[in-house]
Amino acid sequence: MARPGAARQRPASEDTQVLSIQDVAMLGVAVIGGGAALLVVMSRNVVHSALYLVIALLSVAGTFLLLGAEFLAWAQVLVYVGAVVVLILFGLMLTRAPIGPMPQESDVGPWFPLVPAGGLFAVLTYLTFTQFGDERIDLTVVRTSALGQEIYVTWAFPFMVLGFFLTVALIGAVVIARREEGEGPIPAEEHEALEPTYTDSTPSPGRVAPGAGGRRAVDASGAEGPVPDEVRS
Amino acid sequence: MNASFPLLFAVVLFCVGVYGVLSRRNAIMVLMSVELMLAAVIINLVAFGAIAPVVEREHVGQIFALFVLAIGAAEVGIGLAIVLLLYRNRASVNIDEADLMKY
Repeated sequence: MARPGAARQRPASEDTQVLSIQDVAMLGVAVIGGGAALLVVMSRNVVHSALYLVIALLSVAGTFLLLGAEFLAWAQVLVYVGAVVVLILFGLMLTRAPIGPMPQESDVGPWFPLVPAGGLFAVLTYLTFTQFGDERIDLTVVRTSALGQEIYVTWAFPFMVLGFFLTVALIGAVVIARREEGEGPIPAEEHEALEPTYTDSTPSPGRVAPGAGGRRAVDASGAEGPVPDEVRS
Repeated sequence: MNASFPLLFAVVLFCVGVYGVLSRRNAIMVLMSVELMLAAVIINLVAFGAIAPVVEREHVGQIFALFVLAIGAAEVGIGLAIVLLLYRNRASVNIDEADLMKY
């Protein structure tokens, strides 16, 4: 780099023309990832889009390797490619995603969203090149043990909060997607077959037959009349 | 490596994600485009952590990126649960048809 004692305004000026192997690798990964991302949003088949997303996320993991974040690269492959894409594919399966090309997309057409996206791209590219075009990143690998030293010592409390947050998100997703009775396109006859109705002749303590004045629910107000029969538990 | 290359990659991913969110009609396609935008943010965090490391806080860019990665994965899980519920009630994941609260 700069010779000692030499006054330079841009110390890296002699090798801005020469691309190192990391530059070439970064450009290759960026081209692959950018192309895969474009195919994600432009593909007519949603399952193809999910598979192109795999390539895009793998190229993101490659970028992490080039930036020296080895643990983050592996975590990206495990979490995003391994779990999130599989989750998306399951979602596509459960929502009966069309096999084969989909018809024309949204009402505004395929060219109108290019205005905000293209404008944003132009502004951000200009800003990136003018502000960061002269800086260089040295490839220094951050070992997982060093990262672990920081996470479990300095960032221990946010780490525990993150674990708690993931648990809450998991339980929340299960509760949201749970199949409740009386909803969905299942016809009413199947609902009756799924559970026994209250018109059985078998008496059970505490259970009031419909038409006998509704449920004797413990009501805080106590001023309401009998609950109508349509109200189910 | 020139510092603008990973940042440029992140810009490309983010803008492609914005285009995907605005132009696709399937709700799961929208979720995939949001995932692209999140990936761009994570690349930015790691790149800035490598460009300007802070001595008092070691590897803070990567740790921040790790948190964003985990939160993004949780968000996809809950988003898909909501999409499944939407599909179960309407038999369609077309977001243009989910406009009951429109004026």
